[in-house]
Amino acid sequence: MDWPRFAYEYDGSFAGFLTCVFEAYARKEEPACFLTHQDGRVTLWPARAVDTDDQKARRVYRSLDRSMGLQAKRLVTYGFLTCLEERELRLWEFLRLGYERGPSVMRDLTDPRVSVLLKAVRHLTNEAHLLKGFTRFSDQGGVLAGEITPKNRALPLLRPHFAARYPGETIILYDRTHREALFCQKGNWAIVPLEQFSLAPPEGGELDWRALWRRFYDTIAIEGRYNPRCRMTHMPKRYWDTMTEFQREEHSPPAPGLATQT
Amino acid sequence: MELMDKLTILADAAKYDAACTSSGVDRRGGKGMGSAMAAGCCHSFSADGRCISLLKVLYTNRCIYDCAYCVNRRSNDLPRAAFTPRELAELTIAFYRRNYIEGLFLSSAVWVSPDRTTEEMIAALSLLRGEYGFHGYIHAKAIPGADPALTQRLGQLADRLSVNIELPSEDSLRKLCPDKGKKAILAPMAQIRDGITQARGELVKYRHAPRFAPAGQSTQMIVGATPESDRHILTLTQALYDQYKLKRVFFSAYMPVSDNPLLPARRDFKPPLLREHRLYQADWLLRFYHFRAEELLDETRPNFDTRVDPKCAWALAHMEQFPVEVNRADYETLLRVPGIGVVSAKRILTARRVGPLTFSGLKTLGVVLKRAQYFITCSGKMLEGLRVNPDGVLRHLVALEQPALAGHEPEQLSLF
Ligand code: SF4
Ligand code: SF4
Repeated sequence: MDWPRFAYEYDGSFAGFLTCVFEAYARKEEPACFLTHQDGRVTLWPARAVDTDDQKARRVYRSLDRSMGLQAKRLVTYGFLTCLEERELRLWEFLRLGYERGPSVMRDLTDPRVSVLLKAVRHLTNEAHLLKGFTRFSDQGGVLAGEITPKNRALPLLRPHFAARYPGETIILYDRTHREALFCQKGNWAIVPLEQFSLAPPEGGELDWRALWRRFYDTIAIEGRYNPRCRMTHMPKRYWDTMTEFQREEHSPPAPGLATQT
Repeated sequence: MELMDKLTILADAAKYDAACTSSGVDRRGGKGMGSAMAAGCCHSFSADGRCISLLKVLYTNRCIYDCAYCVNRRSNDLPRAAFTPRELAELTIAFYRRNYIEGLFLSSAVWVSPDRTTEEMIAALSLLRGEYGFHGYIHAKAIPGADPALTQRLGQLADRLSVNIELPSEDSLRKLCPDKGKKAILAPMAQIRDGITQARGELVKYRHAPRFAPAGQSTQMIVGATPESDRHILTLTQALYDQYKLKRVFFSAYMPVSDNPLLPARRDFKPPLLREHRLYQADWLLRFYHFRAEELLDETRPNFDTRVDPKCAWALAHMEQFPVEVNRADYETLLRVPGIGVVSAKRILTARRVGPLTFSGLKTLGVVLKRAQYFITCSGKMLEGLRVNPDGVLRHLVALEQPALAGHEPEQLSLF
């Protein structure tokens, strides 16, 4: 059954993508690529513009665990957050296979349509796990504010973690890569697109706690085991930029090294 | 004294303790602040490549004892300090709020007496758990010789307790820390083990039974300060897991901190990092791969091969059990193949239900074949073009490890 191929154009949201899936099946069309409205990519395929429709999206979403199981549903939801190239197309190929095969699709780990998504999702969940540790907050007038630069859209995975960790706090966490921000306050939360965000320079007590942390960081390393390469494998340099221990404020005195050693 | 100076002294004094994990207990936040993840969470890595998960400090480094291998020994001339409970609680909370740490690892030198020291630690932790409503992870060191009732109280405040066994044999302990005996160390270990078992039992019956070190107990020993063999150390480790139900045993390569004639000379001493690394690999085999210490080392081979990891060494000594057919072998057998870990073995079991696996299928699964290829067949066939004789396999495996072992210098050694 060869369906005619179209370039699908949508708004870039998950609901929008699911609407595309709905339309493609309804019209018996094969998306040859997915474009977002701002994309401006030129294709050879006839265009199919799709308006996001929550009803249709919900129907597709509900069909996922019914026809291929919870694991597959998670794979699709998480897969959409990854930085996998042409991720919509990869998801589409997986969905075609999944609707045909049912839940056993999740066992077929050697099928490239499955393995490529599994790998991308592992990358996402690993990155989110690292960021649970590497994210740094500053106290800005009582609000905990921080910035991250993940490759994948990690905020939805970080949200439950930080909400449970700081039940009484107001949090703002900004994803510079994808220009979106997580807001959390007393059990309420939202993840919203945000073009501009910058942290205020630290002042007062905040400066002291930062200096204390840097001192701890520098002191806890054992000189005789110095191993920068090992540090780099565990904590790649691209995370350092937003980490307090690698930022130097103008006035903080340098650590005195191992002054307390005999 | 300023908080900055205290922190510097008391973190510096704590840094030789290898335990760093925040794992073993899952707790969603309640009212106050904090949660805990069973898988643990690393917040940073220091310049030596070790994970920073907890604010690791001593309550005080003032010590009445004189253990030869320890920087904090009474006779060592260095600045001394002690936190107050409030300072420590505020520091922990401030670091935790900013997501610098997953919690607190509180240890202490023995100040005045084991009881007094434990009381101070209890005061600090009570303040943190009570007034500050802290639900994050706490690892506390039990002080050998303290009143069991105090150790009990400490365990109700902490997620994990540890007592360091310090040196791998009684003989070494007697020589190097005459103030502590094997008994003084093992008594609290047994008490903690029983406390954990009892609390678990009660928790099954009543939901609000008091908790006691829910993330279990760990210990650490120093490697390379005294003459014990790897076999001795690994057998002891296994006994600690079997008899004391420990969650983890940590090894710490000895860092020369003293000129005591009973210890290796300080000059030119290289901390045995590779040996520590091999011990961790073997420990991993005990905990997750169902190996026994006596399978890995025996009288004829009391120490690990420095050239290949313990699992490879075991496989090379048992070539009669290989190759293994990936489409039929059970989980336990797959786990014993060099290069196949827990994750790969599970994926193999899942994927082969769909159809027979080939070498390229294994690659798609993410199984790394560099080592495994010498020990497996897919549907009866070895990897095409692979020629093997036992010597050749050893040479290849050694070559694979070379980059990691270059020079045995700490600087080039890639740990873990
Ligand atoms: S085991 Fe290693 S990686 Fe895991 S928490 Fe401990 S130091 Fe970090
Ligand atoms: S009792 Fe502890 S702190 Fe004191 S000297 Fe011995 S090992 Fe060091």
